[in-house]
Amino acid sequence: MPDFTPAAAEIFLIGAICVVLLVDVFLTDEQRRLTFRLAILSIVGAAACSSYFAATESVTGFSGSIVADPMSDLLKMFAYLVVALVFLYSRDYLVRAGLFKGEFFILGLFGLLGIVVMISANSMLTLYLGLEILSLSLYALVAFNRNSATAAESAMKYFVLGAIASGTLLYGISMLYGVTGTIRLDELAAYFTTTATLDVPAMLGLAFVIVGVAFKFGAVPFHMWLPDVYEGAPAPVTLFIGSAPKIAAFALAWRVLVEALGGLHDSWQDMIALLSVLSLAIGNVVAIAQTNLKRMLAYSTISHVGFILMGFVAGTDTGLASAMFYTVTYALTSAAAFGMIILLSRKGFEAERLEDFKGLNERSPWFAFMMLIVMFSMAGVPPFVGFYAKLVVLESVIDAGMLWLAIAGVAFAVIGAFYYLRVVWYMYFDQPAENEVALDADLDLRVVLSANVLALLALGLFPGGLLDLCSRVLS
Amino acid sequence: MITVSHYLVLAAILFSLSVAGIFINRKNVILLLMCIELMLLAVNFNFIAFSRMLDDTAGQVFVFFILTVAAAEAAIGLAILVVLFRARQSINVEELDSLKG
Repeated sequence: MPDFTPAAAEIFLIGAICVVLLVDVFLTDEQRRLTFRLAILSIVGAAACSSYFAATESVTGFSGSIVADPMSDLLKMFAYLVVALVFLYSRDYLVRAGLFKGEFFILGLFGLLGIVVMISANSMLTLYLGLEILSLSLYALVAFNRNSATAAESAMKYFVLGAIASGTLLYGISMLYGVTGTIRLDELAAYFTTTATLDVPAMLGLAFVIVGVAFKFGAVPFHMWLPDVYEGAPAPVTLFIGSAPKIAAFALAWRVLVEALGGLHDSWQDMIALLSVLSLAIGNVVAIAQTNLKRMLAYSTISHVGFILMGFVAGTDTGLASAMFYTVTYALTSAAAFGMIILLSRKGFEAERLEDFKGLNERSPWFAFMMLIVMFSMAGVPPFVGFYAKLVVLESVIDAGMLWLAIAGVAFAVIGAFYYLRVVWYMYFDQPAENEVALDADLDLRVVLSANVLALLALGLFPGGLLDLCSRVLS
Repeated sequence: MITVSHYLVLAAILFSLSVAGIFINRKNVILLLMCIELMLLAVNFNFIAFSRMLDDTAGQVFVFFILTVAAAEAAIGLAILVVLFRARQSINVEELDSLKG
């Protein structure tokens, strides 16, 4: 009888998804809200499972293919939180766009399942399966609006490039398997701590694995899918793709690069540093030229990925803790930013152009202020959390003796501040278009979105607790 | 005598063919799906060869999972293809350019 507790949350979640799927089949369109409520309930239940079976130390299960450790519990909690936010923000939009179908929530829950499986993976096989569960649900979600030709096109691009990424990652895994004779992460780690020199197949495997990880992160030069997918997908799907999978990408990078291949840090440090600098440069510079807010945020994501990778470049405990801090706070910031787009959208109209934010201050001073906080946080203006996240990452890079990387990070962040501040300028110093109507979103969307944004301010003022938590669970 | 390196070279050739096929092909999306399948099969070759060489079953188990996932992936890919064709009446790769990337 295997020990099921390390995978309790995953098992609960898949059971709950089956129930939601089955219930949804028997509902009429008027009763569809029940699917939404059940989906939220499933997330709450999974969170309860995770906290009830929270691990105090690293426990493996299922012949070592699953691991439960404090880090995975913390990351899972944030994944639950972000996906729950995504569902709450999306409901209104989906109802108005006539897309309020059970599929959105079921595919979203499957995506969440993929994320938690990746987070608790202790073998390359589990990691791959989690990645595919997540990716396959995302491909389907992007094409979710069947009447939109752009959505179908971006789904196709996402599918092809995502499949190449999976193939590349698998090729790398097969090489590493051939060299080490194992697919378990802890045994890989043991092999590479005793064997310092790398032969050609291992080097090839490492390079392929890094390409796969960079694809999933959306780091330059493997970022081509990101802007198209963000622009083409319906806003709630963009919200999903832009937030929760970043936590999964962090988990993937952490499990593979640090946990399994940590002994090869010197070999992959330069590759990741290059990806990081390129992401910062391309992301921030190209974002300036965008007029579509979703596309601009896609390039902004690329630049934030550059910062997250910096923590991996440093490779120290503080570096990894700050990368984790950056990832979870970025997921929250990104959820808030796309939440604002959803808030401003109406039936048949997506508030995705920068002009749609013109004069927001006159239409709704409170939400203009909320958007201001989100933009300032992304730009890294104190006292918001984005500033502190950038600060700790840069500190860790300087401590690791890579001053040039920190300087590049600051320089490109300053360039990046321009396009965030442009949005603020539009909101406060431009006139709204004449046909604009007042915001008519539901009360719960307004309350949750405001709470999400104010959390960015609160985390920026008191970042110590979360940062301590991150460094404690990683050690 | 066929050694493990022969299998690895064959797998590498198949993998390169599939990548080349994806990037050179400008005509038909179905060819892209075939190239993706070929890529996963090339990886399977690698796993089987290593599994035999190391006398370890983990590689063969991995192959079963890859085959299953590849089937699911093909299903999703074809479903997206159908949606795409209904929206545009075309599956020509060159016409997939309404988004700038």
